[in-house]
Amino acid sequence: MARRAAATALRTSATVFAALGDETRLGLLDKLLRGEPQSIVQLTEGTRLTRQAVTKHLRVLQGAGVVRWARVGRESRFELDPKPLVDARSYLDHASQQWDNALARLKALVEEP
Amino acid sequence: MTDRIEKTVELKAPVSRVWRALTDHEEFGKWFCVRLEGPFVPGQPSHGHVTYPGYEHLKWQAVVQKMKPERLFSFTWHPYAVEPDKDYSGETPTLVEFTLERTSTGTRLTVVESGFDKLPAHRRDLAFRMNEGGWETQMKNIAEHLDHGA
Repeated sequence: MARRAAATALRTSATVFAALGDETRLGLLDKLLRGEPQSIVQLTEGTRLTRQAVTKHLRVLQGAGVVRWARVGRESRFELDPKPLVDARSYLDHASQQWDNALARLKALVEEP
Repeated sequence: MTDRIEKTVELKAPVSRVWRALTDHEEFGKWFCVRLEGPFVPGQPSHGHVTYPGYEHLKWQAVVQKMKPERLFSFTWHPYAVEPDKDYSGETPTLVEFTLERTSTGTRLTVVESGFDKLPAHRRDLAFRMNEGGWETQMKNIAEHLDHGA
């Protein structure tokens, strides 16, 4: 059981969850999940937000490592970096796996002849 | 919102046998991979050491909550208390509850670990700064998107 790895994942996850703990940021993420790197202008479209507000939220997502900046031609764009999202999701999965392992050992113990 | 882990396992052993494996501190230690200093007593802390290979430097500490013979055993603890010198006592622990039910083939054991949303300070965000719907759902949605996009 990789407890140390779990602890590291947990710390990373805390940042990621905090970054995602906001409807606006989830909305931005949802747009980025569609694949193509997008500009601030594209990300602002269809929202009631100002570009400044979008920029601010993107910085939070960048800080959590879930979004990264990319230059496409002369334009700045943002794209998704999926890895931290997958790691964050894996925390409870990991804890859950620990229980599966422990219960398998318990089962072997109580069912032994 | 999901702040808990729930597991059910069917055991081909009588309730009395399962109860002993859960609540006898030496038996508990065998499958939980800890060496405990003494018996479990409701309301009292339980101390010991992790015996899982590679993690023997870690202390185990829990506080026994309820022991209703052959029905319910519960304790609170600090999951992933992985730093040997850190004092976790100021943090809100999670609650682990084992519930036993007699079945025609033996025992149905249910384990619920809850309270991940109350994990403190640096861990707190783990659980819920996410908005309604719960983070698990959100993460599943995201993962599905990722799977499709990959």
